[in-house]
Amino acid sequence: MSTRQFGEPVQRNADPGLLKGEGAFIDDISLPGALHAAFVRSQHARAKIRSIDISAAEAMPDVVAVYTADNIGALDVELPMLIPHPCITSGGKTQRPLARDDVFYAGQCIAMIVAVDRYAAEDACSLIEVDYEPLPVELDLEKAIADGAPPVHDDIPNNIAAHFVQESGDADAAFAAAEHTTTVRVRLERSTAAPMECRAVAARWDGVSGELTVWDSTQATISVRGGLASLFDIDEDRIRVIAPNVGGGFGQKIMMFHPDEILVPFAAMQLDRPVKYIEDRVENFIGASQERAQIHEIALAAKKDGTVLGLRDSFIHDTGAFIPYGIAIAQVASTSIAGPYRIPDIWVEMTLVYTPCVQVTPYRGCGRPQACFAIERALDRLADELGIDRTEIRRRNFIGPGEFPYKRDGLLFADGLAVNYDSGEYEKALDLITGTVDLAGFRKEQEAARVEGRYLGFGIGFYVEGTGLGPYEGGHVKVHPITGKVYVTTGLTSQGQGHETVFAQIAADQVGCDVKDVIFVEGDTQAHEWGVATFASRAAVVSGNAIHKAAVKARARIIAAAANMLETDEDSIELRDGRAWIVDGNRSVSLAEIATASNPLRYAFNEASQTATQFAPASTHDGPPLAEGQAPGIEETDYFSPSHATWAYGVHAAIVEFFPDICSMEIRRYLCIHDCGNMINPMIVEGQVMGGIGQGIGGAFYERCAFDDKGTPLAANFMDFLMPYATEVPDAEILHMETPSPLNPLGIKGVGEAGTIPVSQVIASAMEDALAPLGIGPVRESPMSPDMIHGLLSEARSRR
Amino acid sequence: MAKSVLKKPIPPTSSDPRVPVTLTINGETVTREASPRMLLSDFIRHELGLTGTHVGCEHGVCGCCTVTIDGRAGRSCLAFAVQADGAVIRTIEGVAGEDGTLHPIQQAMMECHALQCGYCTPGFVMSMLSYLDETPQPDLSDKAIREMLSGNLCRCTGYSNIVKAFRRGVELMNATAD
Repeated sequence: MSTRQFGEPVQRNADPGLLKGEGAFIDDISLPGALHAAFVRSQHARAKIRSIDISAAEAMPDVVAVYTADNIGALDVELPMLIPHPCITSGGKTQRPLARDDVFYAGQCIAMIVAVDRYAAEDACSLIEVDYEPLPVELDLEKAIADGAPPVHDDIPNNIAAHFVQESGDADAAFAAAEHTTTVRVRLERSTAAPMECRAVAARWDGVSGELTVWDSTQATISVRGGLASLFDIDEDRIRVIAPNVGGGFGQKIMMFHPDEILVPFAAMQLDRPVKYIEDRVENFIGASQERAQIHEIALAAKKDGTVLGLRDSFIHDTGAFIPYGIAIAQVASTSIAGPYRIPDIWVEMTLVYTPCVQVTPYRGCGRPQACFAIERALDRLADELGIDRTEIRRRNFIGPGEFPYKRDGLLFADGLAVNYDSGEYEKALDLITGTVDLAGFRKEQEAARVEGRYLGFGIGFYVEGTGLGPYEGGHVKVHPITGKVYVTTGLTSQGQGHETVFAQIAADQVGCDVKDVIFVEGDTQAHEWGVATFASRAAVVSGNAIHKAAVKARARIIAAAANMLETDEDSIELRDGRAWIVDGNRSVSLAEIATASNPLRYAFNEASQTATQFAPASTHDGPPLAEGQAPGIEETDYFSPSHATWAYGVHAAIVEFFPDICSMEIRRYLCIHDCGNMINPMIVEGQVMGGIGQGIGGAFYERCAFDDKGTPLAANFMDFLMPYATEVPDAEILHMETPSPLNPLGIKGVGEAGTIPVSQVIASAMEDALAPLGIGPVRESPMSPDMIHGLLSEARSRR
Repeated sequence: MAKSVLKKPIPPTSSDPRVPVTLTINGETVTREASPRMLLSDFIRHELGLTGTHVGCEHGVCGCCTVTIDGRAGRSCLAFAVQADGAVIRTIEGVAGEDGTLHPIQQAMMECHALQCGYCTPGFVMSMLSYLDETPQPDLSDKAIREMLSGNLCRCTGYSNIVKAFRRGVELMNATAD
């Protein structure tokens, strides 16, 4: 038997090229004759535009075109409302590619310059005179919804972009029956994905063939093509959208359309020259989607023994100046709010608020870190109030392994379907982490340290993650007749998750070839044009199973053809090493020969193909060369459409030493137990989890998209927005559990976002534990900057 | 879509003055013309076509554009091409063997899954190689390796595997040297 590749830490097919500098990121792609675009962006958060003077810029010799809302024709419209929802006020506001009359955030695009190079284009930007009439703004989320607050949009009262309540069970009854209630208010700040490669778009128009090729660092090539076809009124077959190597996405690149994604193709068509726009870092901070800011007020109704009967959560979500992605983030937060806990009665209210800031669309985690922070902070509080250990209170509330599927009727997840946890071993995960960390031993050490005046703390955070949602993805598997390599495509895109390797593992297992002999193509609408996109930790689940299904069918075709060629029955065939073998024999045929022989030929072009011509002995049979209903070659396509999301989960814990004098801490141990069902490639799973933890550490301590009270971004570079280096991120001990999902043939769950979710909670929990002797108040905010910590310590000191 | 009537011919290059820049890159000496304000990163990428050197921030914080300049790691986004006139530069394209064999550091990066999207990776590799050039007996403690890597940002990996890769790379280099 050939070795099963599924489950093995197979090294990545993509790495050698990337390591040698041979990657093809968008700005690495040479487009001879390309012109370069740059944008004039609003200096004000909210203002009327009195006038725009482009004359000096237009007169520059190196400038080819200057675009404003006045000369982009049919594109001067509000961009698509991607995910409508009935609760959104007046259908929702989306931005125009270039501002017309009004600007709604500092950084909004007002004009696009196309010039012979980027240097000249930026020079020209500085020559464009925009006369603004600044308008008042309110950045504070709670003040923004008060009567009389300055509106972001004149026709949206109280800046309320959407309001929605979800209920499961009867929260009122739970609170009426409660022996104890606790209420906690938490707040998370605005942050941003900050992928190392900023966003980028290039386009080439072929006037002869009428074909538009767009290279876009998007996570959603097929949707971008649909949008372009719609906006430009061009048939889909004339538009090819390619996401080549993409330097990280983390959700920011799922958002479409950032204005450049349509204006660059537009300019390429207008000017009949390739056009490139490479977003710079400042632009990524002020013009690309952000996420995270929410304020939750969460209440738990409990019995004295810590059993949580009910939950009420009312939260405010900052959606920025526009709401193109609908309520998705808030909806994910609202449906993740009860975590892995039984809590039968839930009431969640979300209020989405327009603020004069760049739009909010998903960033890795997408509402889950906020929900996790809220429920886990509240649970810690409840434990403290009831005098129950923080780990024990979790144990008492877990959904048990025998209770799956566990449905929360009335709570609709981001796929529009009720939350329905499919499998899990929550208590086992808790036992594993407390055992690994030796919590009892740690408590003794903590006690001894306190005597010495040192502050050690233990923090813990549990999370669930709805992953692998629909609607569907496809998988296409073909054996190349000449080379015998296995060509696999799907409609996703990759930003470094290792799709080319894990999907090759899945296909290789069925076809019986080496993982390195699988050619995997995605991110190209010409290679695969049915599907959705890479987001919401869904790629492995949805495309993985689609590819598996297609590969199973291809395997059957290969075996049938091989049995025929080897003149044996199908049960006597095994596939390994790129060949079909007679079991216990030494006769075999290669995949190339099988693929060639499965394709009736008229012309022989090599030795193998001679066997496939209609004059070859093997082809002499009754009927047409290709039997009715039969397709040539070895080629299969299938689709996977999940019945609903599959719920991964995990628990993180940290042991920290806190240094009150410098308002800082050292993470001495960071542990993660993670369960994403069956792992295709544990090395890649660990990489995803560790990367998520790194981002979570950034979110817990450093990263904040701050604005001044006029709405001017204060963190628009890597010196003001602090991303952690290797010196800030601890090494995490990652342990796996594998509880298969019953919802798909491979039993897998998503993993992409998991690592980021509980980190702020873990740190907050550990900080409270460490500083308990100093009497600090509860930790209710993230990031936990030195400023914030200093405030907590000062407040505690003043109380003493 | 109707093609607009161009108001003027499009010049092949900008009207910036251009000056010759001669430098040695990955062992080859080349002369190209460049605008005096052209960044070294743009010169390497777009004039010389060596696009493995990436640009992540253009303000010297992220380290994606790290190359070695006269043997020392430098940010190619913080230098003008004209400043590198006469310099000896090594980029990621000059690291693997001529037959494509990965350098031990590159091999270790692959073995340890130290890259995901790969955008920051060339900068990390160049930082490591420069450090090893200067420090034949490197301190392989976690703390020292992390300190050494603290000029490069990575948003994908959380760094642990990059730290492991450096240690493994040194091990592979020592094995090769033996």
